[in-house]
Amino acid sequence: MRTLTRGTGKTYWVVLTLTLILFTAAFLLPLVWVLLGAFKPPAELAQQPPTILPRTWEPGAYADAWNFMDLGRFFLNTFVVAIGAWAVQMAVIVPAAYALSKLKPWGGNVVLGLMLATLMLPATALLVPVYLTLTDLDLLNNPAGIWLPAAANALNVYLLKRFFDQIPEELLEAARIDGASTWTTLVRVVLPISRPILAVVSIFAVVAAWKDFIWPLLVFPDPAKQTLSVALQRFAPDTPINLLLAGLVLASLPMVALFLAFQRHILAGLTAGGVKG
Amino acid sequence: MRRHVTAYGFLSAALVVFAVFSWWPIVRGVVLSFQQVNFVTSPDWVGWENFERLFADPLFAVAWRNTAYFTVLALVIGFGVPFLTAVVLNELRHAKGYFRLLVYLPVMLPPVVTALLWKWFYDPGPGLFNSVLRGLGLPTSQWLDSSSTSMISLVLVITWANMGSATLIYLAALQTIPGELYEAADLDGAGLFKKIWHVTIPQTKFVILMLLLLQVVATMQIFTEPFVMTGGGPEESTVTVLLLLYRYAFYYNDFGTASALSLILFAVLGVFSFLYLKITRKADA
Repeated sequence: MRTLTRGTGKTYWVVLTLTLILFTAAFLLPLVWVLLGAFKPPAELAQQPPTILPRTWEPGAYADAWNFMDLGRFFLNTFVVAIGAWAVQMAVIVPAAYALSKLKPWGGNVVLGLMLATLMLPATALLVPVYLTLTDLDLLNNPAGIWLPAAANALNVYLLKRFFDQIPEELLEAARIDGASTWTTLVRVVLPISRPILAVVSIFAVVAAWKDFIWPLLVFPDPAKQTLSVALQRFAPDTPINLLLAGLVLASLPMVALFLAFQRHILAGLTAGGVKG
Repeated sequence: MRRHVTAYGFLSAALVVFAVFSWWPIVRGVVLSFQQVNFVTSPDWVGWENFERLFADPLFAVAWRNTAYFTVLALVIGFGVPFLTAVVLNELRHAKGYFRLLVYLPVMLPPVVTALLWKWFYDPGPGLFNSVLRGLGLPTSQWLDSSSTSMISLVLVITWANMGSATLIYLAALQTIPGELYEAADLDGAGLFKKIWHVTIPQTKFVILMLLLLQVVATMQIFTEPFVMTGGGPEESTVTVLLLLYRYAFYYNDFGTASALSLILFAVLGVFSFLYLKITRKADA
């Protein structure tokens, strides 16, 4: 494929080398700096100029951080929030998208239109009224306070519906002739073909829940119920810097691992219309 | 008939969730803007009082000015960088996987983690950035600690954290440009910049416009970074509209005025969101 340049000459190699250096410096070195920083004692972290490799290695910081901030509890809370948000969202939007795409009921287009209209709302415009609704329903300090609002995800309904639209009617017809119910057709025929889009929507649902800050901040006033992001922010001012750095590294590991494991899906999902976020 | 009943059975959970957590709150948000809520007695209608209170608050103008300044800075820095990065990456035929991995890695980090890390990097004393600047013999900066550099420091953080998605979306768009267009430009003797201006940009203008609108909508709602890194300071230089909204709602428990502010924010952002949906519909068709 032709691009802007032919890319064989000396210039190509210079640009390649510069880009490699720039990318490594911009995106990798800061993270390495934090990884190393967590091994240095606070006194060493405060000195100028800074040491590059720790002069005294303190590998205990990671274990200390875990105990000091009680990270186990917050990992569990975040895990419950993220997995629950995913499960509830799937249970709500998969049947809905299927109904809108294949069952085409009266008023289906109006329902879809009303859902898509919510995309025009800035996510934060509903901050106060949704918060008050959660208070009315007594859902504060309850993970369902995150799960249920997150399930009203119009973008994902739209992505799923658009994918289901491309499944040929004959396939569903064949299942019906074999005596399959609507539900069986969804589970046995539609879902297996839709694995790629389900993977994309699932990963983005989990990542969004793990990264979220403002909603868990509002929904969990009780410190014991908080997610990692909210807890880290609360601990930050009163935690020795080396322990805080270790905590930040630990809190990021699950997302980095998820990225490395599902890189292909995530990068594909980015261009599949999941432009948001 | 049965088909319609079954269909609404499948839709029921979504209808409930959307009604309770999306449609009803939209209505409630508008209603609240004209009410005073105290949780003891039933809410009072107060007409335009909430809006008048906002306009009388000196922080209202400050918050909008800060948010506008932030949005413009984020456009100047955060908008060009991913596009140029994608253009360069598209030319490179080595280490493609490495580049994609690195540029997207920060997107996966929780924003609170990124904010706390950068706060440490920005420390004017032993922080990473000033240490590097000192090492190179360059002047250092107060970063977040000075009201003249606090906003640009926040822009750098969010650009670093979010440019991965934009870069990869551009990259995908660039790969759909037919090679013949560049060949034709070569035959016409066009130089590198002429080719970018006359081929690359026009061919990707839909994506550019889409991301531009999305970015404006996202940056005008900035909350986590100022909340975690500066708390709105120093000297209120990083109080954004969302930060002010949060203060009204959760420091003063004045949900009516907070709702009035969200209604104003919605009106401003609505224009951008509307354009965005129009454009994506057109691009989809």
